[in-house]
Amino acid sequence: MDSFLLQILNGLDKGGAYALIALGLTLIFGTLGVVNFAHGALFMLGAFCAVSLQKLLTLSVKVKDESITFFEAYKEVPYLEQWFGQTGTTIIEYSVPLSILFSIPIMLAIGLIMERGLIKHFYKRTHAEQILVTFGLAIVLQEIIKACFGANPIPQTPPEFLTGSANLGAWLGMGDNLVYPWWRLVYLAFAGMLISAVFAFLNYTTFGMVVRAGMQDRETVELLGINIDRRFTIVFGLAAVVTGLAGVMYTPILPPDYHIGMDFLVLSFVVVVVGGMGSLRGAVAAGFLLGILQSFASMNAVKSILPGIDQIIIYLVAVIILLVRPRGLMGRKGVMEA
Amino acid sequence: MTKQPTARNDLLLMAVFTLAILTMPIWAAPFGAGYPDLLQKFAIYGLFAVGFNILFGLTGYLSFGHAAFLGVGSYTAVWSFKLLSMNVIPAVIFGMMTSGLFALLIGYVSLRRSGIYFSILTLAFAQMSYNLAYSVLTPITNGETGLQLAIGDARILDNMFASEAATAIPATNLFGIEMSGYPGFYFCAALLIIGFYIALRITRSPLGTILKAIKSNQNRMNYTGLNTRPYTLTAFVISGMYAGLAGCLLAVTDPLAGAERMQWTASGEVVLMTILGGVGTLLGPVLGAGIIKYFENIFSSYNDQVLHGIFAFLPDPIENVLVAITGLFVGDGWHLTLGALFMVIVIFLPGGVIEGFTRLYSWVRAKVKQDAGGNSVNNGKSQPQSAE
Repeated sequence: MDSFLLQILNGLDKGGAYALIALGLTLIFGTLGVVNFAHGALFMLGAFCAVSLQKLLTLSVKVKDESITFFEAYKEVPYLEQWFGQTGTTIIEYSVPLSILFSIPIMLAIGLIMERGLIKHFYKRTHAEQILVTFGLAIVLQEIIKACFGANPIPQTPPEFLTGSANLGAWLGMGDNLVYPWWRLVYLAFAGMLISAVFAFLNYTTFGMVVRAGMQDRETVELLGINIDRRFTIVFGLAAVVTGLAGVMYTPILPPDYHIGMDFLVLSFVVVVVGGMGSLRGAVAAGFLLGILQSFASMNAVKSILPGIDQIIIYLVAVIILLVRPRGLMGRKGVMEA
Repeated sequence: MTKQPTARNDLLLMAVFTLAILTMPIWAAPFGAGYPDLLQKFAIYGLFAVGFNILFGLTGYLSFGHAAFLGVGSYTAVWSFKLLSMNVIPAVIFGMMTSGLFALLIGYVSLRRSGIYFSILTLAFAQMSYNLAYSVLTPITNGETGLQLAIGDARILDNMFASEAATAIPATNLFGIEMSGYPGFYFCAALLIIGFYIALRITRSPLGTILKAIKSNQNRMNYTGLNTRPYTLTAFVISGMYAGLAGCLLAVTDPLAGAERMQWTASGEVVLMTILGGVGTLLGPVLGAGIIKYFENIFSSYNDQVLHGIFAFLPDPIENVLVAITGLFVGDGWHLTLGALFMVIVIFLPGGVIEGFTRLYSWVRAKVKQDAGGNSVNNGKSQPQSAE
């Protein structure tokens, strides 16, 4: 029972990442009708926002190490620590949560520039061409990151009080076997909050209402005198922010390197297709579902019956879903059925 | 209005193509590409792209999983070397057969959907093969190390005729001719020419016409009572076999097969080759494969020292800045160039290099006409010709 629950939890936090990325992807697809293969790159850029903020905060100066008296010894002390003492150390410790604030304007800007600069010109082109140009963009972004940060993963640490594991079993009164890292719980909560925020924004604001109307019938909305293009551009920016934040928060779980985006891209596309192209709820549901399925498939008991199933489960599910339910779990009629 | 291709034109095309491929060692030498390893790559990836174009160019189905067939072809070829014989003929035959079967299986399932769903399905299958090759199928694929030849391999056919046991790993051969260096290139080149001819015949055949019709309007084809799936499946299997053959040839020239050949970025590369050259054209994919492999080779060999050598004539500060900027694009940064090239081509020249040529040609012709005819009636009537 414990291990069963643990697998569900494991799946949920991975699923949270899938759901967030797939949500962004679906937002872009549902509004602009563009198949964005550079979406994984946005995830990666978010992760590297966290990395660069951490580097920025820990910019160091060499000072003489007073504790060593035998010879001239120097140690690196971050400026922040030198200027603000204890407060500076605390700021550095909280670099990952701080990067959330840091990355929002950056990701928004990246999203807007991407849409206005490139994607805008591809609305009328075929899906194949959209795939290709964004694929090229993804390669370019990835290589730029590689040139700036090197090819090795850069580990990030969460604030100290979130580093350990939570003894969930003790809380729920089910023995001590159910321990779970704090940060993953935080990630799960964060994903839940972000997803609710997006849905609330779309459902309870006028802006969101217009966007939803535009997704249903773009022409009519335009005929009503609403500049739907500008709103869709902002939605693209929002999608970039959501995906970027997913990346920021994921850094303590998986040290980011330059191809983290490509790794997630394929999976997130599979998630979107399973959920149903253009369905936001479908994307979120499929994200969590596939995350959980994947973590169950990597249990030893399952692997001994079906060797290798953990490697292919997601793709296998995608294939089956596509063949049985062509529109995915919650796909709308008439979306991408050419 | 496109020109109707005539039999004579096709013959001419074939002759020019054959000549160009066979004399490649001569004319590629001044570009620094006149050595067999690179020429082999040109021919092999050319074949891969020609095959891919039969699917993507004719039917418009964008497969993102063709690298899987390349990998299957490679593995089969290496197994044929290990078990049967170092002769390349069985390797090629078995490689094409297995990749064809594999393509039949994947195609049968994937082709039930079209558009982006098809792309995702092929991608899913390719990723499955890649992941399995790395994990569970290790007894067959030898996992991360890659499948290699060994002295103690069975080589049933070879050993039947051999008088003594081999003391070293024998080289791949075609009835005694070792398949490395120029003989290897000519073997690949011969297969490329045959492959190109078959692709030409397919394009001109009724099958080709149906495939092109499917590309332009599949619904209408269905309404007229034509079941399109057998045709698309045929195209898929043929193009899978081309990919398998290319994989075999990779193993022939260098008997080692690794799973990274099946990764989806490898599938992306062949898409890029086809796009760069010109989708749906005959020569385009070969051209695109050549260009990419050439620049990959040239660019990745550059490093900062070479760049300093090139810009040495400039004053030092300018030199350093230029080297810093161009340094990003060469050496390890070759992929950056590739990505940028990819975007530029898709944005500005969706028809690829071939379309560039066609535009240039019609522009020059219009210019010449203008100069010669002054204000003749034909002026301005010359239409841009679309790539066939």
